[in-house]
This record gives sequence, C-alpha cells and structure tokens, in this order.
Amino acid sequence: MADKFIVSASPHYRSHRNTRSVMFDVILALCPVLAMSVIMYGWRALSLTVVSVGSCAVFESAFNLIRNRKNSVWDLSAVVTGMILAFMLPVTASYLMVIAGAFVAIVLVKMLFGGIGKNFLNPALTARAFIELFSDPVYVTPFSAQKLSVFYDGLLNPSDISHLTAEPLLGSDSLGTRGMFSLLLGDVPGRLGETCVLVIVICGLYLMLRGVITWQVPVSYLGSFALICYLFPAGGGMFSTENMLLQLFGGGVVFAAFFVATDYSTCPLTGKGRLIHGLGCGLLTVLFRYFGAGADGMIYAVLIMNLFAQRLDVLTKPSRYGKGGIRRESQKIPE
Amino acid sequence: MAALFRGGIYPDYNKEKTFASPVVEPPAPQKVVIPLSQHTGEECRPLVQVGEHVLMGQRIGEADAEISCPVHASVSGTVTDISEQWHPCGLRRLAVTIKNDFADMPDASCEPYEGDPLQMTPEQIIQYAYDAGIAGMGGGGFPLCAKLRAGLDKGIDILIVNGMESEPFVTCDHRAMVEYPNTILDGVRLVMRCVEPRQVFVAVGDDMPDAINTMQTLCASDRNIQVIPLRAKYPQGGEKQLIQAVTGREVAPGTVPLDIGCIVLNVDTCASLARAVYKGRPLTKRIVTVSGSAVITPKNLLVRIGTLYKDVFDHCGGFYAVPYKIVAGGPLLGQAQHHLETPVIKDTSALLAFCGDEDTFEDKPTCIRCGTCVRVCPMKLMPNYIYFASNAGEYDRCAGLNVEDCIECGSCSYGCPGKLYLMQSIRKAKKIVKDRRVLS
Repeated sequence: MADKFIVSASPHYRSHRNTRSVMFDVILALCPVLAMSVIMYGWRALSLTVVSVGSCAVFESAFNLIRNRKNSVWDLSAVVTGMILAFMLPVTASYLMVIAGAFVAIVLVKMLFGGIGKNFLNPALTARAFIELFSDPVYVTPFSAQKLSVFYDGLLNPSDISHLTAEPLLGSDSLGTRGMFSLLLGDVPGRLGETCVLVIVICGLYLMLRGVITWQVPVSYLGSFALICYLFPAGGGMFSTENMLLQLFGGGVVFAAFFVATDYSTCPLTGKGRLIHGLGCGLLTVLFRYFGAGADGMIYAVLIMNLFAQRLDVLTKPSRYGKGGIRRESQKIPE
Repeated sequence: MAALFRGGIYPDYNKEKTFASPVVEPPAPQKVVIPLSQHTGEECRPLVQVGEHVLMGQRIGEADAEISCPVHASVSGTVTDISEQWHPCGLRRLAVTIKNDFADMPDASCEPYEGDPLQMTPEQIIQYAYDAGIAGMGGGGFPLCAKLRAGLDKGIDILIVNGMESEPFVTCDHRAMVEYPNTILDGVRLVMRCVEPRQVFVAVGDDMPDAINTMQTLCASDRNIQVIPLRAKYPQGGEKQLIQAVTGREVAPGTVPLDIGCIVLNVDTCASLARAVYKGRPLTKRIVTVSGSAVITPKNLLVRIGTLYKDVFDHCGGFYAVPYKIVAGGPLLGQAQHHLETPVIKDTSALLAFCGDEDTFEDKPTCIRCGTCVRVCPMKLMPNYIYFASNAGEYDRCAGLNVEDCIECGSCSYGCPGKLYLMQSIRKAKKIVKDRRVLS
C-alpha cells in the first residue's frame, strides 16, 4: 500500500472552535452595543469605531510585516481591541486620538510583548488610560457626571462623582422612576459602549452562553461593586440602594465586567483566580470612584488587577485530584 | 443527576453512523497476523513453529510473567511465519502469521466448565480468565486474570461495569449491551462470584437509551446489580472519572482503583469471560466499530483477532477518498496507524479512517490564555502551564504542576481554540518526570 498516513500522537479529534471563531463571537456580542451607540449618538459613533478597528488592524499588519511574521490580523483579536477602545471613548473624541490609542494598544502593549495571549495589560484599557493623559478629563470623561447632570443640573462638579451625596438622590423621585429607567436604557450621554446597560448585560450573557467568558469575573466584579456601593454610599452614611443602582448603571462598570475584565490574556485562568480578580476590580473601582480624580474608576482598577493575573494563577492552582477530601457520606472507604 | 466529575468535554459524538447497525461477522480472512503482545505486560513466547498446523482457539503464545495472558489462533490453518510485523503500537513486534484453511476446526482444549459456573471457586474463574487470554477490551488491555487476582488479594468493595463508551464514533460496547446483554450479565455474575463485591453498578451512557432499557429490564429482578445511566460526557469512561461519578471517591495520586476497593471492567470483557466459562471459547474475536468520514459504509464488525486493517476496511466498502489518518481505538485516546497491514488486536475497539476535518493541523498554535484547558481538565491540572514548562524543558516545574496525574484523555487539546498540541507536550513531560522519579 503506497498510501501515506499522518501519524501523530493522540488526540486525533479536535473541536472546530478556534481563536477566530471565539473573537467573532465577541464581535457579534459587541454589535448590538455599537448599534445602541449609533442610535444614541448618531453616525459619528460608527465612524469612530471603524477608524479605531481599522487602525488597530493596520498597526497589527504593519508590525507583522516589519517583523517578517505571518499576519495575525485574521484571528480578529485586533478588531475586538479596536471596538472596545472605541467603546470607551465619548462620541466627541478626535480621530487622531483614536489612532494614537490604537498605536499604543496594538504596538506598545500587545505586539511588543509577543502578540495575542502574551500581553499582561489589557491593550484597549491601557490605550484609554493613555488618551486620558492628553485630554481634558471633562472632554474624554463625560461619565455619570454628565448623565447625572441631566437630572441634577448644577448639582455636581461635572467631572467628579465623589461629591455625590445620597441625600438629594434619595429626596428625588425623578431618579427613582424615570431617571433610573433612562440610565438603564442608556438614554443619557456617556461613552459609546456604556449607553444601554440592558443591552450590555444581554450581550454579556450571550458570551457566557457561548462559553466565551465564564461567570466568575462578571458576577464577582458586579457583585462586590454593588455590595460595597450599597453598604457605603458615596456621600457617607450606609445602605443606599439608590447609590448602588446609580453607580452600577452610570459609567462603564457593567461594560467592563463583561467585556474588559474578562479579557483572556489579562485575567487569571482558574475559577477561583477569576473570582478574586473580579473582587479586586470591584473594590478598586469603588475606591477610585470615591477618592480618585476624574476618570471612571474601572479603567485603573482593571489595569491594576491585570498585573496580578499570572500570580493569581499560581496562587489558586486547583487542589490535586484525589487530595480534595471526601464529600459524601457514602464515599467513606471501608476498613 | 449529581455532579459527575469536574471538567470534561462534550465532543460531537458522531455515533449515529453506527449505533443502530447490528454487529455482522464478515467472512474469515485469507490470513491472520496474531501479535504475541496484545496486552499490558510481558510479551508471549510462541508455542508453535512455522509449518505447523493449528486449530481455531489453540494457544499459540504464552508468557510466564504474572501480568500477561496467552494468545490464541483465531482461525485454523498453517503457521506460515513467525516474525516481527507491524503492531498497532506503531512498532514491529513478534507475531504469528496463520494461513487460513477455512475449516474453522476448533481446538479440543477449549472446554466449557462442567457443572454450575456460579459455584466455581475464585481460583477456577481466574484460571479461566487466564486460559481464555482475556485482556481489558475497553482500550487498556490489562489482563483480566491479573486484575481479578489483585482484586481477590486486596478485597473489593464495588464492582463497576463500564458501558459508558464516552469516546466519539465508537459503538462496539453499545451494540454489545443491546445484542447480548445476557452474556454480559453472566460474566458480571462470574466476576461477582470471584471477587465478591458489596455493590455492583453497570454504568451506561444516557446517549444509548436502548442499552439502558435492555440492561434495566434484565437487572430488574436482580437486586445485586444496579444499572445507572450517566450523562454522556467525555472522559466519563475513564476509570477514575467513572469511580468518582458512581461512588464519589477520588482515586488518590499514585494509587490504583483497587486501593479504594473499586474494580472497573468493560462490558465486553465481562462477556468474554462468560463465553470462556459457558462456551469454552477463548478470546479470538471482538467487535470493532469501523467508522470515520473516509469509510463508505460504517459498520460494527465481529472481527477475528489478527485480521489486517485492509481486510476490515474492505468489508466496509473501502474508502471514499484516501484517508489522511487511520486511528485504532477511539479518536481521542487511540493510536494513529501508519500501515493498513496491521492486525486488529484484543483492545482495538474501533478502526477510524479520516478524510474530513476531524483533525486540524496548525503551523503556529498560539495560546490565548482563554482557560478552556484548565476548565475541562478532569484531573484538575493546568495544561497550558505544563505545556509551556514542557516545551521550555523545565521538567521540575512540570513535576510541581502534578503532570504525573494526567490521564492523557486529550480533553485539553480537543477544546483548545489556539490549537495548541497540549496533550503531546504534556505526555512527553509526564514520561520524563516519571523516568526521573523512578531513577532517583
């Protein structure tokens, strides 16, 4: 028999899911969010996203070309980075800013560290933090401050939520009904990706259903964040559901919990590690929001937790099989 | 259903090609090549000479080691050659070639047990298991006699009969349970007589409802045997995972199931024992699932041991296209073959020929740190960390990551979206770590 067969070690059967299909799922999940921002802010939201995605893809291709490597742009991860970067900017952001951000994200953060899976910081987030360095915080960060000003005109310093007090919130019935509803639906100015919390949650659930992300990070991030905001409202005192909902629905926390903090390269691999990662993100986000200046706390919170990801892997290594102890009574080994 | 075991995968099972097709016995081949090593343990030495006439069921090879079992002629005819031939393990091994005379003259030494088999002593049952040359037919190939002997010595608490068949494509155990459940149960009762377990479970995958029905109906009157359907999840058929699902016990690292009083036997192994005792038939035939995208008519065949792959595939109408890969055994645990002139042996549960997209080949696999491998590993390992340590030659780190616990199920490689060859690197590290430990 002259036929030649491939002889390799087992397994000989592999799933058809690859990096591209995983990234495609993420892109699919981000599309409704993009649609919402176009509805809210008009076509400039789309053109910003297109510029961001395009420049990310171009930078990645160019880098591969210069380094004489196989072009990795078709794994679509650069597209995801581009979309997330755009979604963290307001519709008024300049194109130049977006392109500079794409350069930081793709070249400095991702490719120089070895490409996909090797970067230790989230590329889009780092780029977002970089952009903030060169921008007027009020300009890049409309955040909840502006959202809130819709309801509490003149109440707040427009760049800072830390002056928020529980009292006027509790005293206001507009927030209880119409206001909170608007925040939930995204009928308020914000950044592209934080328009409609409802859509973001649904898209995040889709990713979970597809097995792209696991429940640990979103649940522990949002859970810890909500709990702390409930227990310790921004304006002092204790137990404020208003503050919790306002903090949750305002700003990019929900978006970050589903799409940013779950980024593969920069979050731990183990279930326990991911829980701790989410917990840390939640805690730090509250701290930065309450005591930080200007920006939405989630950016620096997630970036800082990124640094611990690999360490958390080691610390939360699963217990060895057969050493985990016996759980059921019937499992007792007879003498 | 309670938690089965941690991790695991739900592959495309592709069993529908053969699960409903009854086992058929093809005409005997012109010649058979019977390797003298078809089981875990010592290779047999030949008991026959070239030119000698042998009878069907005649013992043609035997070893004196404790972990070994004899091999038998699967046809009657003339021994034409005793030399090294291709073996499913990928190497050339000593084998006896017999030219079939198509008389199928049975050997007189094969005698059923006279008297009531259920009154046999454990020693007698073990002797029959040895004489019939029964080795684990689920893929492990561990000699049944050695397993029963160890079970008898250590004391058995729970007997689990493995009808999970969690590998994709393979349907031989499924057909066995549907077509001769009584033979299987006879074998189970013999094992019960031998090692006297407190509880007996027959674990059947929930993707084979007809098998569950058959077994449950037959066991309804027998209080000692409990049929439990388990969710079809890979690697549920793995010994450790099955024990965990049935009893909740975890087999501790470095120990075997016997150490926690469990013994796991494949359904077909039990049936073979029953045939040896009731019919006096040694293990000379087995069911082989022939499937895969390249096979024109996938079938379950009752094949004589020693039949060459090309004869088996010819009975299934040949190939649509030249397959790029031939696998003996399931697609996740089986061995890729380089030759169609290789014989079927006792643990060949399936022969698969692929010409489609079953396997993928990647030039530059890239880890994206998605964590799928960590999530699916049934042994709670961190496959991608072991992979990188293994590729960097840091075997001490691999040892620290418990690489020796790996059961080589391949779930990590199956699920990896970056298409890393995780299993291959881990297997290498496992071997080196084990060798170093044994040496020191």
